[in-house]
Amino acid sequence: MDIDFHDITLSVNGQKYQRRVESRLLLSDFLRHDLALAGTHVGCEHGVCGACTILLDGEPVRSCLLLAAQANSHEISTIEGLAGKDGAYHPLQQAMHDHHGLQCGYCTPGILMTMTAFLVENPSPSEGEVREALSGNLCRCTGYQNIVDAVMSAATRMRG
Amino acid sequence: MSTRTFGEPIKRNEDRRLLTGQALFVDDIELPGMLHAAFLRSQVAHARILKIDVTRALQRPGVVAAYVAGDLGDYWQPGPILVPPPPIEGIVFHERTQIPLAKEKVRHVGEPLVIVIAESRYIAEDALDDIEVELEQLPAVVDLEKGLTAGSALVHEDVGSNVSAHVRQTKGNYAAAAARADHIIKRRFWYEHGISSPIETRGVVAQWDGRANQMTIWDTTQAPVFVRNGLAGMLGLNERQVRVIAPFVGGGFGPKIMMFYPEEVLLPWVSMKLNRPVKWIEDRLEHFFATTHERGQVHDAEIALSSDGHILGIKDVFLHDGGAYDPYGLTVPINSQCTLLGPYVVPNYDSTFTQVFTNLPTVTPYRGAGRQHGVFVMERLLDFAAHELNIDPAEIRRRNLIPPDAFPYNNEIIYQDFEVLEYDSGNYEPVLDMALDAIGYQTFRDEQAKARTEGRHLGIGVACYVEGTGIGPYEGAKVQVQSNGKVSVATGIGTQGQGHFTVFAQIAADQLGVKVGDVDVVTGDTDQFYWGAGTFASRGAVVAGNAVNEAAKVVRKKALKQASDLFECSEDDLVIDDGKVSIVGIPEKFVKLGDLANLANPMRGAVEPGTEPGLESTQYFGPKMGATANGVHAIIIEMDPQTFDLKILKYVVVHDCGTVINPMILAGQIHGGVAQGIGNAFYEKLVFDDQGQLLNASLADYLLPSALEVPRMELGHTVTKSPLNPLGIKGAGEAGAIPGGPLFAQAIEDALGLKGRVELLEIPLSPSRLFELTRNTKR
Repeated sequence: MDIDFHDITLSVNGQKYQRRVESRLLLSDFLRHDLALAGTHVGCEHGVCGACTILLDGEPVRSCLLLAAQANSHEISTIEGLAGKDGAYHPLQQAMHDHHGLQCGYCTPGILMTMTAFLVENPSPSEGEVREALSGNLCRCTGYQNIVDAVMSAATRMRG
Repeated sequence: MSTRTFGEPIKRNEDRRLLTGQALFVDDIELPGMLHAAFLRSQVAHARILKIDVTRALQRPGVVAAYVAGDLGDYWQPGPILVPPPPIEGIVFHERTQIPLAKEKVRHVGEPLVIVIAESRYIAEDALDDIEVELEQLPAVVDLEKGLTAGSALVHEDVGSNVSAHVRQTKGNYAAAAARADHIIKRRFWYEHGISSPIETRGVVAQWDGRANQMTIWDTTQAPVFVRNGLAGMLGLNERQVRVIAPFVGGGFGPKIMMFYPEEVLLPWVSMKLNRPVKWIEDRLEHFFATTHERGQVHDAEIALSSDGHILGIKDVFLHDGGAYDPYGLTVPINSQCTLLGPYVVPNYDSTFTQVFTNLPTVTPYRGAGRQHGVFVMERLLDFAAHELNIDPAEIRRRNLIPPDAFPYNNEIIYQDFEVLEYDSGNYEPVLDMALDAIGYQTFRDEQAKARTEGRHLGIGVACYVEGTGIGPYEGAKVQVQSNGKVSVATGIGTQGQGHFTVFAQIAADQLGVKVGDVDVVTGDTDQFYWGAGTFASRGAVVAGNAVNEAAKVVRKKALKQASDLFECSEDDLVIDDGKVSIVGIPEKFVKLGDLANLANPMRGAVEPGTEPGLESTQYFGPKMGATANGVHAIIIEMDPQTFDLKILKYVVVHDCGTVINPMILAGQIHGGVAQGIGNAFYEKLVFDDQGQLLNASLADYLLPSALEVPRMELGHTVTKSPLNPLGIKGAGEAGAIPGGPLFAQAIEDALGLKGRVELLEIPLSPSRLFELTRNTKR
């Protein structure tokens, strides 16, 4: 089998990377294993669970459904870039901590990336809108209630 | 000044790493020279293996090795029996445990045939297509009753039938009770529990270090100590040469305690053989077949009652789907058998079950672990009794509750921990009252009638249950004050999100007068703590929590003794708080705990005989038997009678798990359990065809509840301490998940006005199933 490669340049959390990747390499595997950004988790590899959600040019996408080559010349944000450089939590991270919005924490990075983007788009959501936005991220531990509360609380705080 | 944290909603120590993407999970392990494994698995449920040829796979660039069963030599052994059959008279049990790679036969879809090792996961998976396999397909055993008929195909021919086990347990004399009963109600029930489906699948990384003569295994297990001991034995190593680490684990709920999975057995062996580290991470499709399930039971049950609705006795005969192998013994059906009795006085009980081998993935406990099945049968029987005797469903439950002065209450039969099923403590009626009050039971009929005039169909459900928790044998903990004044706690159980890094820290912090954030908890690393059983049966907080408490108490005593020597005063004159020991009333006269730790490890001078260096202690705790928690769930739903679309309008849980360590973490456990209970009742169904093929093996088809299906929950608590441990704790891990089935069945019947016309005798339900069940009934 011929293996073909692509030279890609992309930015992840503001840092520029140049890599040669096999054309079939999943973006999730590229981030986790090539760039050692293992905070992006893989739950189902068929686009349902949402654990691998990252931001591509600010939009939430499932990194298990994209190839690394497709991320060429795009800007990616992952969980590792969410807190401030000084380690200060993003308001949603703080709210998840305050409201016990995570248990095993495996789905948490995907939820944080999905919901931070959502709060940019909808800074004053209703509970129903939060639940709708969250419904593409599966969590098996929390029953969602504390995540919903965390998102509502973060929204309030971010509106100032 | 530190204050007591026990009982407070302390925020979690472990959150920062998880919230910032810095927590280590098994798939995050990267090692130089690491190889990757992929498994060729059977695509049919039952077949003889005629031929497996890996020649072409080995020719693929990047493939390092491929092994079939025959390549394993003497290492090929059936796994150990994890839970032997309990000491019950007349018990029949045929031990047939899982094997690393199928040899002559495959017994379920997904059973591994070949392990391929390659330089990358991509290449290893490519190579699976290169392997030639010839199988002679056999009829599959899928249906429990057909599996027991003469002439059925046999999962294990040498057993002579598909009976894995047969158990009868009795209390009193049911036949005599039935003879004098005013009413006997008989029904047949079907209850299926699905798969735990944690968002992190299973995974193993094994690293044999030939120079250090040391095996390190990162494993998504719930029971690292047992994995270490077992693998050391299999690999011919000393236990000290094997280190098993269960790092952060992305949910478990039971199936991650199963051992030894074929992958757990094979990866270390391959690593030793090739002298290179090897990684395997299960994909979601594999998870549907290669990780254990829970699944179904069929019950033929009857209840004998007096005319005033008191239970005189219950008889139950049921079949339990054990799957292809029975390494976990009888834990699931014994739980069903015992938990059926619930919070009620049942003077006479006659329960018999048969565990059946089928050509389906192996069944082991999943959150609730068979309790759901029993609770469904009991609660439904009471519903039908209430209808027949014209008694309110909540009232018939109240009449039969075990009174508070009857504890300890002996149910006489043997529980999963091999002890007599005795409830340690309880006060059940206030729990029911609180739940009825919270759901608005008194006003609901008016609300329902009003909604009906608007064309809305509301229904109410109330279900009671008990949960046997906190079983032995034991756990241990090492508590150590370090020279920087921080406290280290290590215990042998694994953790999968239960908040152990915080609740164990709270227990130690209170004993030692330090901040919760200054207690560093390690779980699941066999080199940090050598002994233990694992995280299962709602036992972590109860058993390991009490071990931490005992060890911290000894360390506290040591610190006070040392300080009293230092200050030449009585220990009674000392106070331990804020990271230091000071003299009562003279706060400036103090010594820091870290300095005491240093003093306890001197460079010069003699240590008195009988003393140990360091400010540390290791203690163990083993309860005599499990502690019994209890609760009531209540629900109000709205259902569209045409589409059977479900809306949960209100969900109430009132629960008693004894002393609460951290109410925030406890609420989280209940919330998550309820979500899984909702999935079990209405969304999650494993659909097999008659050939044992799972038809919905993806998360797009097997429906885990999302934020749209799980409602806001209202929680209430009462506290009846357990007398079985010094902290008075009972477990809470499974409580939320247990009574969802009967709750939904009751509420849906009520909403659709089915009472007396259609009875819901099965779980899971779904819109399409409700359509089938009611299509011939005028709605």
